[in-house]
Amino acid sequence: MTRLYTMDKPDDRNRLDAMAQGIIGRPLDRPDGSAKTAGVAPYAAEYVIPECAEGVLVLSTISRGEVVEIESGPVLAMPGVLAVIADPRMITRSAQGGAGKSPVREIQHVDYYGQPVALVVAETFEQARDAATRLRIAYRADDPAKVPLDSEDGHAPHESFGEPVQQGNLDAAMRDAVHAVDVTYTTEGHASAAMEPHASIAEWDGNTLTAHSSLQMLKYNQKELADALGLQPEQVRLIAPYVGGGFGSKLGISAELTAAAVAAIELGRPVRVVMSRQQVFQTVMRRSETRQRIRLAADAEGRLDGFGHEAWVSNLPGEKFAEPVTQASEFLYRGAHRTLRIDLARIHRMTAGSVRAPGEAVGMQCLEAAMDELAIASGIDPVELRLRNIPEQHPSEGLPYSSRRLAECLKIGAERFGWDGSDRRPLPRREGEWWIGTGMATACRVHNLNEAQAKVTLSTDGTAVVESDMTDIGTGTYAILGQIAGEMLGLPPEKVLVQLGDTRYPPGAGSGGSWGAASTGSAVMVACEAIREQLAQQLGVEEADLTLKDGEAITGNRRIPFTELLETDLTETGHFKNGGIDEQFAIAMYGAFFVEVGVNAYTGETRVRRMTGAFGLGRALNAKTATSQCLGGMVWGIGSALTEELVFDPRDGHLVNHDLAEYHVPVNADVPALDVVLVDERDPAGSPLQAKGVGELGICGAAGAIANAIHHACGVRVRSFPITPDKLLDQLPEV
Amino acid sequence: MPITINGAEYELDVDPRTSLLDFLRRDAGLTGTKKGCDHGQCGACTVLLNGQRINSCLTLAVMHDGDSVTTIEGLGTPDAPHPLQAAFVRHDGYQCGYCTPGQICSAKAMLDEIAAGWTSFVSDDVAGTPKLSEEEIRERMSGNLCRCGAYSNIVAAISEVAEAQA
Repeated sequence: MTRLYTMDKPDDRNRLDAMAQGIIGRPLDRPDGSAKTAGVAPYAAEYVIPECAEGVLVLSTISRGEVVEIESGPVLAMPGVLAVIADPRMITRSAQGGAGKSPVREIQHVDYYGQPVALVVAETFEQARDAATRLRIAYRADDPAKVPLDSEDGHAPHESFGEPVQQGNLDAAMRDAVHAVDVTYTTEGHASAAMEPHASIAEWDGNTLTAHSSLQMLKYNQKELADALGLQPEQVRLIAPYVGGGFGSKLGISAELTAAAVAAIELGRPVRVVMSRQQVFQTVMRRSETRQRIRLAADAEGRLDGFGHEAWVSNLPGEKFAEPVTQASEFLYRGAHRTLRIDLARIHRMTAGSVRAPGEAVGMQCLEAAMDELAIASGIDPVELRLRNIPEQHPSEGLPYSSRRLAECLKIGAERFGWDGSDRRPLPRREGEWWIGTGMATACRVHNLNEAQAKVTLSTDGTAVVESDMTDIGTGTYAILGQIAGEMLGLPPEKVLVQLGDTRYPPGAGSGGSWGAASTGSAVMVACEAIREQLAQQLGVEEADLTLKDGEAITGNRRIPFTELLETDLTETGHFKNGGIDEQFAIAMYGAFFVEVGVNAYTGETRVRRMTGAFGLGRALNAKTATSQCLGGMVWGIGSALTEELVFDPRDGHLVNHDLAEYHVPVNADVPALDVVLVDERDPAGSPLQAKGVGELGICGAAGAIANAIHHACGVRVRSFPITPDKLLDQLPEV
Repeated sequence: MPITINGAEYELDVDPRTSLLDFLRRDAGLTGTKKGCDHGQCGACTVLLNGQRINSCLTLAVMHDGDSVTTIEGLGTPDAPHPLQAAFVRHDGYQCGYCTPGQICSAKAMLDEIAAGWTSFVSDDVAGTPKLSEEEIRERMSGNLCRCGAYSNIVAAISEVAEAQA
């Protein structure tokens, strides 16, 4: 049976805390850990499939135009080469998250430099790679001088995206303000750079296309691939039990999957296509560069009367995504007079899409740097300034907030870090050649929920199985779904098997927007509640009076092992839906970052010396994996603050730094021992689990704290991220 | 001569263009060694070549006649893990798991390098004997990228094993 749960009001029952097993929230090791650390967990490209041919994508070398001719002949004559495929079913771009339909196909029509235009298939990878390098393609290329390649150039058409917020009169508020900040910040493009390159193996049996692929949201991906291939979704099976990181780049299907599928259909044998690292950088997804004007109008006590956040971002023509830079700005701080808007420039660079925490990742870091400028202008402790600007209700929509631990996070984080905000004048301290300073920022990320199903079976042998096409992309899904089921059914975690990443299982929420745990976890809980009711019925008691612990049902003075109680397996499917709870409450996760940096007085190099993050994200379902998610987000904050930027050649739009040597993600030596505090919270509006999202909060504002610490350390305010040494060097004070 | 991998011998009868990494993953069927960049930029393919760590994507299989390679599968198994593998699980020194075999192989060799007295950029005295510290671990593990950002936990896991060995 399927049990539907629609989240249309807060769930105050707090069922998990009323259970007896005592494993929910505990920092248990991941059940998938021993397979991952032993190297036996299979990722998409690693399945042994007989007769599997190898495909290598070929990318365009023009920014816009048409493919006129593909000179297949010479390549087909090379040893082992089976085919050169340029098929109308192949896609030119990755699908946006949740699209559920094919992205743009028409691969002969080039819209950006690095767009896939062909696939070369051979018996071996070495043969295919060699042939792909030698494939000659004739183009009719548009004059790059006439192609808008940069959102800052005058040719790029702009459009307003989404619904702007225009409330009161911000200009007047700025004029009347005692303290006003009107600043423009910029951020550069980012790459997800998941460690596992996009990879797929496709098999076609004449009716069904089966693919092992590295994907985050299988239920959408199944529809996307079916649509691209002209099949019904039921004719597509996707398998992804282990995904080597996603960070948004695997939300939608990418070019390698459709290419492998088309090749498998055409050749009648399995085909594997793995993108090279350079191809991942060039064709998958970028986070848009942004330009953000932030206006803050405050009274003498620093209370905001006016709040403006206007962003300019870019994407390819036709794409329905714009980096939602102002997402948290809509509700985070006070200000009766508000202007929020996003302008989207249409340019011919690779697709812009979701990269970890789309919107807040770059919006919060600039807002929080601007808030630091206001703190300095008003002489108010930056922590106090933020405390004074926590609104009582949503400043535009009038909604109440659900549980919100921002003030606690600010206070707990400050205490833990040893924050002293009484004197924020720069250049407080120098140690040898290093200027030392501190900074802080608020963390904020909206809470999302998504429809999800999960099947739970309690077996006569006293074990349980959880099944969903939900993925674990490093987030800890295997651990937390097992803990939820174990808690609800009274089983130790080793008695619960969690099976994920196969479209043969019920459709989960997918991993995206930090919604996976709260949504799919709720589906698991709902299924378990239905099983509990069946057990209660068998025992002739109310479900609420039933205690399940360590594989036994306990009621009154009876204690019966499941192995005796169950005559048949009990199977239930939980179906969770968001019934508009987010229209009744402003629901979000909050936190605070505190950081100490050293800025080299001679080179301008910045080193993060210590960093604390305090987070209120609802119930943590597993304290260990939740902490790890926060740690990872903070590492991304370090990258966003100091090193990460996609650099495009202004002449032809090609991505210059398309590998891990030139696009600088933080390495171990860039990251100090990070300190994460999970502030205790239950949010009945977040989910029936009273949990909210975890995976993205840790990045949302972190880079702002680092920028503020740099200013405190050396007195230089850089409004252009990343803050590389060249931007500091000519402004550093004399030593 | 054959190549020895985790104690077993394999013939190197392959396309001369085949990297050691692709040989391990395809010909030897040992996919624990990961391909993250194929250019020596990420460290996911780190294995031990005659006891020393190497990016297996940067060397051709046919160059390793007679060599001995240890991959993650040779360090331990889920049922009988190497202390580093167990420590990575305990400290959550991974998330997606894709860089993890490389991190662990690298850590194994790195601890051996410190024990052998090799100094690093952060050693106080390059002519002296390096002391095991978190700073040394961070420096020496910086050839192994982890995009999930598990570095703090990776350092904790390695430190625990190093202290137990000391």
